[in-house]
Amino acid sequence: MLHIVNKSATERSSLESCLRMATQGSAVLLIEDAVCAATNGNAAAAKIQAAAAGLKIYALGPDLAARGMTGRVLDGVNVVDYGGFVDLVAEHSNCQSWL
Amino acid sequence: MSDMDEMDEGSGIVKKFMFLNRKAPHGTVYALEGLEVVLITAAFDQDVSMVFTDDGVYQLMKGIDTKGIEVKDFSKTYRALEGYDIEKLYVDQASLDARGLTEDDLIVDVTVLAVDEMANLMAEQDVVISF
Repeated sequence: MLHIVNKSATERSSLESCLRMATQGSAVLLIEDAVCAATNGNAAAAKIQAAAAGLKIYALGPDLAARGMTGRVLDGVNVVDYGGFVDLVAEHSNCQSWL
Repeated sequence: MSDMDEMDEGSGIVKKFMFLNRKAPHGTVYALEGLEVVLITAAFDQDVSMVFTDDGVYQLMKGIDTKGIEVKDFSKTYRALEGYDIEKLYVDQASLDARGLTEDDLIVDVTVLAVDEMANLMAEQDVVISF
């Protein structure tokens, strides 16, 4: 399954709920304000890095750039563009958006 | 006294306004709308403080590039605030810390406040408007 999170982890509990529910081998794509969680020094960074052991974590590049975060992405997080977003949706049989 | 006289009398009152920004830019419209309201307020010669706490500190990041998401980059506007006599910009230290940021990561000169200083600043305002 592809999980998509668009809310900031320092404002809402969406990412935490997602990581709790995502099963081994699932993909988690961070978009919009959620991309900030995947940056060095963020309060959610440890949770993401721990989750990256069992999940594939992605962050949308254009949303990182729009927040001045391009050079701050955590190790183990894969940056994708809009084409990569489409590929992820196509590759997975189902998807859940944590609105 | 006519209505016009009352308005003239009222026009000299200066109140302390705090604009409290707590949201990241772009994901919601709050950051941009807050900035626009501050610019409007500047026309009324009030005592304006702009405060950035929680995800609001992300509004001031250097190096923002919004071309990829095709929205307006309003981050440069924070640097123009000085020209509107809005010079009191405050950032919450704990909010920077929780996001791995320092003052050097921000696009404008700000005063970084500890939580008790921020609390006192808020308490002394006449009006607090939150975005």
